[in-house]
Amino acid sequence: MIPFDQLLVQAINGIVTGMILALVASGLTLIFGIMDVVNFAHGELFMLGAYVGTTIFVTTGSFWVALLGACLTLAALGAALQITTLRPLLGRDPLTTILATFGISLVLQNYALWQYGPVPRKITEPITGHFQLFHIEYPWYRLLIALLSALIIGGLWLFMKYGTYGIWIRATTQDRLMASAMGIPVPWVHTGVFAIGAAMAAASGVLFGPLVGVNHAMGFDFTLRAFVVVVVGGMGNLGGSILASIFLSLLEAFASLWVSPAQAVIVSFVVLILTLLFRPTGLFVPTPK
Amino acid sequence: MLDLQDVHTYYGKSHVLHGVSLEVSAGEVVGLLGRNGVGKSTTLKTVMGLVRPAAGHVRFEGRDLTGLAPHHVARRGIAWVPEDRRIFRLLTVMENLRTGLDRQGMTEPRKQELLEKVYASFPVLRERRHQAGGTLSGGEQQMLAIARAMTLTPKIILLDEPTEGLMPRMVAQIREIIDVLRRDGVAILLVEQNVPLTLEVCARVYIMEKGQVRYRGSARELQANETIIQQYLGVSA
Amino acid sequence: MTRRGLAGPAGYWVGFVVVLGLLTVAPLVLPEFWRRFVTEILIWGLLAMSSDLLIGYTGMVSFGHSVFFGLGMYGTAAALLALGPPNLWLALASGLVSAAVVAAFVAYFATRLRDIYFAITTLVFSQIFYVIIFTWTDVTGGENGLTFSQPPFSLPGLWSGRFTPVTLHWFVLAVVTLSYLGLRRITQSPFGMVLQSIRENEARTRAIGYHVERYKIVAVMLSGLFAGLAGVLYAIQNKFAAPDFVLFLVSGEAVIFNVMGGMGTLVGPVAGAAFFLVLREAFSRFFPEYYLIPVGVIFTLMVVFLPQGLLGFLRRRLNA
Repeated sequence: MIPFDQLLVQAINGIVTGMILALVASGLTLIFGIMDVVNFAHGELFMLGAYVGTTIFVTTGSFWVALLGACLTLAALGAALQITTLRPLLGRDPLTTILATFGISLVLQNYALWQYGPVPRKITEPITGHFQLFHIEYPWYRLLIALLSALIIGGLWLFMKYGTYGIWIRATTQDRLMASAMGIPVPWVHTGVFAIGAAMAAASGVLFGPLVGVNHAMGFDFTLRAFVVVVVGGMGNLGGSILASIFLSLLEAFASLWVSPAQAVIVSFVVLILTLLFRPTGLFVPTPK
Repeated sequence: MLDLQDVHTYYGKSHVLHGVSLEVSAGEVVGLLGRNGVGKSTTLKTVMGLVRPAAGHVRFEGRDLTGLAPHHVARRGIAWVPEDRRIFRLLTVMENLRTGLDRQGMTEPRKQELLEKVYASFPVLRERRHQAGGTLSGGEQQMLAIARAMTLTPKIILLDEPTEGLMPRMVAQIREIIDVLRRDGVAILLVEQNVPLTLEVCARVYIMEKGQVRYRGSARELQANETIIQQYLGVSA
Repeated sequence: MTRRGLAGPAGYWVGFVVVLGLLTVAPLVLPEFWRRFVTEILIWGLLAMSSDLLIGYTGMVSFGHSVFFGLGMYGTAAALLALGPPNLWLALASGLVSAAVVAAFVAYFATRLRDIYFAITTLVFSQIFYVIIFTWTDVTGGENGLTFSQPPFSLPGLWSGRFTPVTLHWFVLAVVTLSYLGLRRITQSPFGMVLQSIRENEARTRAIGYHVERYKIVAVMLSGLFAGLAGVLYAIQNKFAAPDFVLFLVSGEAVIFNVMGGMGTLVGPVAGAAFFLVLREAFSRFFPEYYLIPVGVIFTLMVVFLPQGLLGFLRRRLNA
């Protein structure tokens, strides 16, 4: 029997990583929903965001400047990638976009290796205190991550719900042609969504940075996790992705009480396969009437 | 104001428009009649830039629209009410209207004023403003589609079969709206199957067949000409 | 490579014989490094052809071909390490069986899904097997993989002896050529026609009355089997099996070969593999570890501007 305190610690760990993942996955699902693009390079944007964060952190010494700077830099990069590579592919087979973004992911990953080298880099967390959680010292920073992620996601939700551009994004997601006939500049909405997705991935990367060393290979892992989350949550469904992120991270956290964290990933994969087989529209979407 | 010259349009390899020419003057209500599948809707889509013509020109207020993206066409003052309405189903009625209201150069009082005007024409939309577009009835969706087009304050509305499948009461209401728009000086290019309604509201009429305009004339002339109506539309007016 | 479709069937067979002749003579005239290089092109070319059966002919992009390739390697290793004296044919059979078992498993689940869902599912399956192989150190050697000595080259009743680089090349060439002819036969058979009809319009194919899922399962299994065969050859050439080859990157490379060479042509992906390896070799001279930066840029550009790949491009130019 696993003691209660360990279960609780794992639950908190699961929620913290779940929130990080939710930031990455909500960008991915937003991009998929609006332009049918499965962004294979999404984890790479997360990784590059973390690296840009380390660079800005080293120069300015401020975690917050690093967070903001990484978001802005990656938003610009995301917009540039969308305009140069994905815009010409609009209307082609969605599989073509998976191939193109796969190409981008190769370039970005190896660029990071070239630019930053194989030694992991570290960002220092803005708060270093701990609090007593049963027998262990639990870092406040982890709770801050969960809180900041929740704030960013909440901000995104408000923006999508009430902002003019949010309405443009939702209208374009539902009916691209009608949206453009209403004077909405659809190509730029696509670019904007890609930039927002990239910025959220970057924010996630910078927040995640202090927990582990930033390295060039961390992106693929997150691409894969984000794919799993987005499918389990229902493709293009923002709320579903967020719930699925937390659900799967909790499962993995509990699974790692018995098996190594490397093996715990399999739990998520199994959930994905079961979801696809039995409820392919996603676990966290209402049953279509 | 709107002027199509010898427009040819293809869907993939199938040739849909074989040289369509027509014009609509400012403030004029013009009908575009014809059987199903003769290219009426495609003509409207070509004007909007939703499909690109392979040859010919679309001019609006003397400027060439050919090859322009739909959102640029919309910003020039052309609004489209599609045949299948294409309401943003998951957006509320209010949000549907905001897709047209929230654009550059619109001040908050101006938006309010426009919104009031739209609600005055379609009181039911005010009642349903927080309801998702997809939950409206067919007639309400049609009104929302027209209201949404009105929020663009267009110079011309391309109205595609607005009365299709509606109850007579709704048809009468759509008719009234066309009159309101005409009084406001908005031009309308009306695609319809309902010949009597078209002849009533339009000053001039075009009849299309097999991707070409085969007849043009005033509504009054056409009304008097049973043979033409029989020949091209297969109905009696 | 071969000039299929340029000058009718006769021209095709002339081209086939010429290329086969060149590849047979190649190890005799090339220096050691390039001899090995050509052998590798053949092995990766086989992997490329196997995934072309899915990507190009059936319209299913697999991002999990590494699992079949890798299991081919591990199956070979198992036979050579655990089953009596090393025997080439036993190793081959063991590698194929391993790949086939995994292929059956993946096929059963993944074929229920289409498009990107299929792609993601195959990727996830390969990742599951990667984690199992990576962490099950007692059996698989974990991170270090398994090493073994090369089995002797035996043709029962004909010849027996150690592999030399030249005989290994011929062995690989023979296997790859037979596989190519087999795959070509498959794609031109009624079965292959059904696959292509699934690619063009799945709903219509189903409406005509074909059991689409069954065809897809067989397609994935055949594809997995040939990918496993490529893994066997690679294991025999390099005398090891390692988890790196189950990892996603190998699957990604298989997709790159297809895109670069031209999907749905069989020879195109082989040309794509050759092109990729040449690019890698060329760029490695300048940027040893970062060759994937320029290769990735070229790949992305080809996806956008040259969707039919090199072969499609050449064919269009030559026909014009």
